[in-house]
Amino acid sequence: MRVLIIEDDAQLAAYLGKALREVGATVDHAADGREGLLLAAGNDYDVLVVDRMLPSLDGLAVLRTLRASDDKTPVLILSALGEVDDRVEGLRAGGDDYLVKPFAFSELHARIEALLRRASPGDQPQTHFKVGDLELDLLTREVTRASKKISLQPREFRLLEYLMRHAGQVVTRTMLLEHVWDYHFDPQTNVIDVHISRLRGKIDRDFDQPLVHTVRGAGYVLREP
Amino acid sequence: MADTAPGMPPPMGQSGPARAREILASSTFRLVLLYALLMGGSVLILLGFIYWSTAVYITRQTDATIEAEIKGLAEQYRRRGLSGLISLVAERSARTPTGAGVYLLADADYRPLVGNIDAWPTAEPDRDGWIDFRLRGSADAADRDDEHAARAKVFQLTGGLRLLVGRDVRDLGAISVLIREALGWGLAFTVALALAGGWLMSAGIKRRIETVNQVGREIMEGDLSRRIPTDGSGDEFDQLAVNLNLMLARIETLMASVRQVSDNIAHDLRTPLSRLHTKLSQLRDLDLGKDAAAGMDEAIADAEELLAAFNALLRIARVESGSRRAAFADLDPVVLLHDVAELYEPLAADKGQRLEVSPAGPDGGSGLRLHGDRDLLFQALANLLDNAIKYTAPGGDIRVAARARDGARSGTVKATIALSVSDSGPGIPPELRDKVLQRFYRIDASRSEPGHGLGLSLVQAVAQLHGAELELADAAPGLQVTLRLRAAPPHGNQHQRRE
Repeated sequence: MRVLIIEDDAQLAAYLGKALREVGATVDHAADGREGLLLAAGNDYDVLVVDRMLPSLDGLAVLRTLRASDDKTPVLILSALGEVDDRVEGLRAGGDDYLVKPFAFSELHARIEALLRRASPGDQPQTHFKVGDLELDLLTREVTRASKKISLQPREFRLLEYLMRHAGQVVTRTMLLEHVWDYHFDPQTNVIDVHISRLRGKIDRDFDQPLVHTVRGAGYVLREP
Repeated sequence: MADTAPGMPPPMGQSGPARAREILASSTFRLVLLYALLMGGSVLILLGFIYWSTAVYITRQTDATIEAEIKGLAEQYRRRGLSGLISLVAERSARTPTGAGVYLLADADYRPLVGNIDAWPTAEPDRDGWIDFRLRGSADAADRDDEHAARAKVFQLTGGLRLLVGRDVRDLGAISVLIREALGWGLAFTVALALAGGWLMSAGIKRRIETVNQVGREIMEGDLSRRIPTDGSGDEFDQLAVNLNLMLARIETLMASVRQVSDNIAHDLRTPLSRLHTKLSQLRDLDLGKDAAAGMDEAIADAEELLAAFNALLRIARVESGSRRAAFADLDPVVLLHDVAELYEPLAADKGQRLEVSPAGPDGGSGLRLHGDRDLLFQALANLLDNAIKYTAPGGDIRVAARARDGARSGTVKATIALSVSDSGPGIPPELRDKVLQRFYRIDASRSEPGHGLGLSLVQAVAQLHGAELELADAAPGLQVTLRLRAAPPHGNQHQRRE
């Protein structure tokens, strides 16, 4: 995994670089927009992490230039602004995801993983998902585990669908709120945990091997036992 | 759905009667009314004075003429005797058969001897011998039946004879009528002109003040870049606009520097905080002893709490700065309510609480529309619902509701949508309801419940951004928090509504 970080905060960039290298990535760093654009255009990265506010050329301008030259590398925008209109602006400029500073590294990591998964080929839209003996079909809206039918509420179905789409990847609570509930907000309580525990009650409780796992300090992961 | 569907939307412009009411209520119009009253009063006094002085002057003139004539006749009487007087009276009577002069010589029993009136007037003379009487007809056939005023003086002759010398004063009456009419018309014109002028003046001033009001409202709703238009005329309104604009520019600069500071705080403090959090998390992954791991977990939890409070504070500052209006769009508040309730329902269920949403079933849309930021409104409702669940005892009731209302306020009809969250918890005493909106304020002095006392502050900031009213009330028992938002103006034909 090759990652380019375009970030003017040297401390944050060094820290991100170190953390990403620890999870096995190759990391390049650019401290301003122009340098970042040159690096991004001249190399083949798997993902770009771009700060919005940069010296010489701002993050969105870098992004627009790349998209205009038909560069489809997934881009994760970082911002200290963190408000919806900024987010909309960022996504409109061609960003694939948006992360507000400060963030836990686990959040950034989970999102980068999700972006890489999205970018990987498999153009045919998937309608059937299978993890271990758990199966979910989008067309029949049926969920079975070990051929036993499990009935889910609509939101539980969407929650499971999201987990299965990202099977083996860590998904954070914020990612779940944004994609399953479609709201960008800050729940004061870990309300997501309650939904996960309900889902577990339906898909894990009566079986020996749990599929939904809690990743401490990060979120959840659905994976084969 | 029929119960909760809003009534007819208010007419787009102001209706005629409403506008008229506003003008009548304006202070300018009242001032002009007072001015009209004063003007009317002075016109009345002026014309009254003219009337009085004219009438008195003419009466004095008449009296003087009559007295002079009597003096002359008395002189002739003394010189030429009765026969001379009679011939003189006859001559003058003949000269003025219909004119101003009135003569009558009568004997002691008031029988007329010679003169140009038929009978001695019945009215009694006053102490100075003056008689005011009605003169019926005259030699002129045209106005024989005409009755008009006359004034005369009696002159006593020897032998009981008496001579009446007078003047027809009908002109004086005509002048009085003329003056009275002028008085009436003058008054009517003054009042009409004052009213019309007042109306125009009030409308003009109201229009100029309304532009200031409009800008004020837009600024209060968060658009600090708005300015009052100036026309460069340098009149008092223009000066007011210029000064207000200077003040607004100053406020905007201050707000911008506050925003700058909060952005700097975000950048300078949040980043090391999050690094601390990540480093702790990474250390936690090392093979620690059991005690060290537990301590590390606590430290991580503390760092998370700190970050959460920090983020909430910055979010409030952001929302208050009003920079988020760009994300405003039309949305269905009932869908929003159901989404919030759906998200929090498991929390309530875990505490055995009943969570009720009205109106039920948002499928296909409720027909209610409002203009706002869906994420922020969701956040506000989530904070309220989270509080309700937190502070209501197990087994309690929580209700989330949306109601449309056509409220009448300040003379103009405004459709509002009230979003409310009520619980059956302990409620908030009335004297603390303002305080709980302050940052970091918590009723629970021991601070045993989790939270940082910023939830309601954020709700209030969101309410302000939307120009909404936030009301905390007694749900008897419990607390009812209501967000009263303006309904979005309907699109296209306003009469076309879902049934």
